[in-house]
Amino acid sequence: MPAVQETVERVKAIDVEQYKYGFETTIEMDKAPKGLNEDIVRLISSKKGEPEWMTEWRLEAFRRWQTMREPKWARVNYPPIDYQELYYYAAPKKNPAPKSLDEVDPEILKTYEKLGIPLREQEILAGVEGAGSRVAVDAVFDSVSVVTTFKEELKKAGVIFCSISEAIREYPELVRKYLGSVVPVSDNFFATLNSAVFTDGSFVYIPEGVRCPMELSTYFRINERNTGQFERTLIIADKGSYVSYLEGCTAPARDENQLHAAVVELIALDDAEIKYSTVQNWYPGDAEGKGGVYNFVTKRGDCRGANSKISWTQVETGSAITWKYPSCILRGDNSRGEFYSIAISNGYQQVDSGTKMIHLGKNTTSRIISKGIAAGRSENTYRGLVSAHRKASGARNFTNCDSLLIGDKCGAHTVPYIESKNASAVFEHEATTSKISDDQMFYCLQRGLDEEEAVALIVNGFVKDVLQQLPMEFAVEAQKLISISLEGSVG
Amino acid sequence: MAEITPIRTAAEVALVERFEDLKDKLPGSGEIARGRDEAFALIAAAGLPNRRVEEWKYTDLRSAVREAAPLAERPADAAALVDKGRAFAKVDAVRLSFANGHLVAERSDLAALPAGVTVTPLAAALAEGHPLLAEMGKVAVAKGNFALALNSAFMMDGALIKVAAGTAVDKALHLRFVNGGASPFATAPRIVILVEDGASVTVHESHEGVGTAAYQANSVVEIVAGNGTTITHARLNAEQADAIALSTLAVTLGAEAKLTSLGAVTGGSLSRHQVFLAFAGEHSSLTLGGATMLRGRQHADTTLVVDHAVPHCDSRELFKTVIDGEATGVFQGKIIVRPDAQKTDGRMMSAALLLSETATMNNKPELEIFADDVQCAHGATCGELDDDLLFYLTARGLPRAVAEALLVQAFLGEALELVEDEAVREELVARAEGWLGERT
Amino acid sequence: MLQINNLVVEIEGKRILNGLDLSVKAGEVAAIMGPNGSGKSTLSYVIAGKEEYEVLDGEILVDGENILELEPNERAARGVFLAFQYPLEIPGVSTMTFLKAIMNAQRKAREEAELTTPEFMKRVKAAAQELHIDQEMLRRGLNVGFSGGEKKRMEILQMALLEPRFCILDETDSGLDIDALKIVAEGVNTLRDPARAFLVITHYQRLLNHIVPDTVHVMANGRIVRSGGKELALELEASGYADYREQAA
Repeated sequence: MPAVQETVERVKAIDVEQYKYGFETTIEMDKAPKGLNEDIVRLISSKKGEPEWMTEWRLEAFRRWQTMREPKWARVNYPPIDYQELYYYAAPKKNPAPKSLDEVDPEILKTYEKLGIPLREQEILAGVEGAGSRVAVDAVFDSVSVVTTFKEELKKAGVIFCSISEAIREYPELVRKYLGSVVPVSDNFFATLNSAVFTDGSFVYIPEGVRCPMELSTYFRINERNTGQFERTLIIADKGSYVSYLEGCTAPARDENQLHAAVVELIALDDAEIKYSTVQNWYPGDAEGKGGVYNFVTKRGDCRGANSKISWTQVETGSAITWKYPSCILRGDNSRGEFYSIAISNGYQQVDSGTKMIHLGKNTTSRIISKGIAAGRSENTYRGLVSAHRKASGARNFTNCDSLLIGDKCGAHTVPYIESKNASAVFEHEATTSKISDDQMFYCLQRGLDEEEAVALIVNGFVKDVLQQLPMEFAVEAQKLISISLEGSVG
Repeated sequence: MAEITPIRTAAEVALVERFEDLKDKLPGSGEIARGRDEAFALIAAAGLPNRRVEEWKYTDLRSAVREAAPLAERPADAAALVDKGRAFAKVDAVRLSFANGHLVAERSDLAALPAGVTVTPLAAALAEGHPLLAEMGKVAVAKGNFALALNSAFMMDGALIKVAAGTAVDKALHLRFVNGGASPFATAPRIVILVEDGASVTVHESHEGVGTAAYQANSVVEIVAGNGTTITHARLNAEQADAIALSTLAVTLGAEAKLTSLGAVTGGSLSRHQVFLAFAGEHSSLTLGGATMLRGRQHADTTLVVDHAVPHCDSRELFKTVIDGEATGVFQGKIIVRPDAQKTDGRMMSAALLLSETATMNNKPELEIFADDVQCAHGATCGELDDDLLFYLTARGLPRAVAEALLVQAFLGEALELVEDEAVREELVARAEGWLGERT
Repeated sequence: MLQINNLVVEIEGKRILNGLDLSVKAGEVAAIMGPNGSGKSTLSYVIAGKEEYEVLDGEILVDGENILELEPNERAARGVFLAFQYPLEIPGVSTMTFLKAIMNAQRKAREEAELTTPEFMKRVKAAAQELHIDQEMLRRGLNVGFSGGEKKRMEILQMALLEPRFCILDETDSGLDIDALKIVAEGVNTLRDPARAFLVITHYQRLLNHIVPDTVHVMANGRIVRSGGKELALELEASGYADYREQAA
């Protein structure tokens, strides 16, 4: 993979003293008052012009949430969040939503430019059609979807790709049928909160037999102070369809912690396939562990149909705290779930991530490849569940969790739960923890690489199996991120 | 969002009453009585462990323990009860026998102990405040554990065993626990083995049920091993089919020490064997193994916590579970590597074989690592017998049942081979064969 | 080119090199022979800058500059190359990626422009062909799953591409059959150059039939105990090292 060299080059070019994406955009914000009560929930719903049933849905979630307790996890520590101190709605002041790029606030476009992320997508945003792969972007700025490109072309294929708010208005029958059908309103504390207050996110529907003609992509970014970002994503792949969806996340550097509690629901019907890729580099906090994003996300895919497939790929380098288990419910016979993950923690980051593969149908298969890299004073935990229910005959799982420790102040932990209630289910799990060997380092140094180049090279090799799962656009960016996030971890 | 007040089950209420009734009658006063109170306070506060308690996620005692059986008194026919025990009968050893948890002097070789070995009955030791009692409860990762606390609250007898420095004990010690009675009872025997620097000893432990009533056993064996010690330990759980059997092995291992411990489980309706091991000195090595055979509605849990607190130690764990009928196997193994424990080498493997459609296996192998210069790995597999192998064997003319038995034996054999004592190994292999012979 | 004066080295408190002196001129191929445990490999590691060796005394001069304080990569940039006795595996990093990374790292250190991809490919292909290295091997993870002979050839390939000024071959013949040995030796011989020096470390004389040295040094107990021409190697082959062990002790 020649991109490794690119990584090394890019590292040189980037000033890593500061979080690269740590800048604020000054644009006017339309913000609801601080705090959370039924009125705020109603306000959010009315701001979005939602129908009555949706308002009720939210209120029900809110009432449910009030009876719930925030979970306490074994290895994740953070000061209590005061939910009444957060803003639950913050939209860039520009209504109604822009119809074309020209209408987009130049400040916002500048923000995307500064994010430095996908050059290709910038071109697309600027209306340039590349000869190579094309990506349709739905950009979520704080909580509101700003622009969706290529909507028309997608429409021709019958693909619906729009903000969830728009979907609630325009495609209520689809939303009502599927929203909350994978992650129930009462699933967990953060998912319930999200159900009450989500302000935007993406909606995708791929009709029967359609192979989505381009990669769909969403960029999330937290900008406003003290805002929680509660986006909601719903992707439905109808029978025999295929879609690849990319999600990228960044947040500006701030002292206070920002809360991100998203819910992502995927539904794959018979013979459908959804590939969901995430590159997450929310602000991780400064060198002393101050600030940073709390990333408490519920992501779940339902392989509802026979022969369906859902594949999660994630590269997690950001956030002060990550709590995230993209999961697959393998309900349809012969369905398949995949989870490929790279989780890198440095500084004072805390990562608790993994997956759940719930085998319900016959001959369902799943594969988990997790690569955790802990550096600095970080804690990096893989937590995963693989279970086969009584009727899941012929279920197969292969899990491989490797951890790499860089430095002696960090921790790497592996907590798998493997539950089989079916004799014909075959589960294999293997995990290793190791460090970059002194001999490997010496070998690279002897050939002329410096320490950081050598670490970046070896780590990129360590995560290669996962990087290969990413679409090209993301793979290059991911490699760059890996090197940046390990800056200063050696020596 | 009010705090939830747990509702006490009948067994939990009874447990509290039993402790209140008994605490003044249990051996020991002063410090020892205070220790019992402290241990019981943990239990009174938390109740019986249930599935919401992470460490007991797969073994829910609150729903399994319907009533708290009374603590067993010394049986009148203790010697006769012990004589019904069959385990390790052919193994040449010095025996200490326990009937329902009480030391039976007339069936123990107290007068014929090997040189360098001293044994003090625990009831007497508790009553007199024996100095060796200070060796109890030393393993940090075992602190607060339910079964250990329950034993510490109720322990009524057992033995304090000391192996003097530099002694190579030439005969194995056999701790023979025989349980039986006509009405339900609970046991809480405690064994403390202090192995002084440079000593080596072999300990066999057997637990058998020979009566008619269901009982609740809760044994604890603590080993405090000094520097340069070698300890070989084998354990057999052949408890009565309707018994609830908790057992704990807590070990502190000094420097340049070596411990091998293998446990075989065939008995109990619900059993949980816990091993807590703390490395306290460098360059030590640990081998743990297990062979568990379950059928009917049996539930067996093996839980390990291996605490690498110091550098340069190795640990190897190999656990095999064969599950038939509607039985459930549980393996939880945690390797902790503390910040200073560089050059740790830890490897853990749990493999399960499900022989029936209705069998269940829950595996939770954990790594918790805070040092960077380490090599740690764990693996877990579960599945059924290999069809290709079965076909191969039947194609060679073996009846299917025989072929299956052969493969299961081979599967368990890998763990049983870890037993160094030949006679013990032969008996365990024979028991595995017997278990397979009973399959229909 | 290389001048070692009174080198004293310990590892974990154990003395390995004991006042070693050695001089290798530009264009020279010097062989170091000696019994197992005489400190041959230690010498190669210390020249390359492996961390765990403690240099108590002496100096290593490359073109007059003492390199002892330099990091291994800085030494590499000055042209020091060590062909490892046991080359390391780097899973997931393809050989091609690795070659490009190291070539450009060294060029960067010398403030030379990076190679263009076509130029890089051209060089690798030519060098690989010379050493009978299959293109498919270059796409695999570095040294992962390579046979002993393949690994050694890969070391020589790196040597050819990096064009070092001072090459150390540490037991390059170990684990090679005669055909592989010939390929490796040929690779080395084509790199012989008036501006380049070699230090060939070997236990056996057979490698020196193929890479004919200008000078031969005998090492025992951390010191050079005898030096001579190539005929010294033949003499050692006949008489063994027994005399030297006693002499040094």
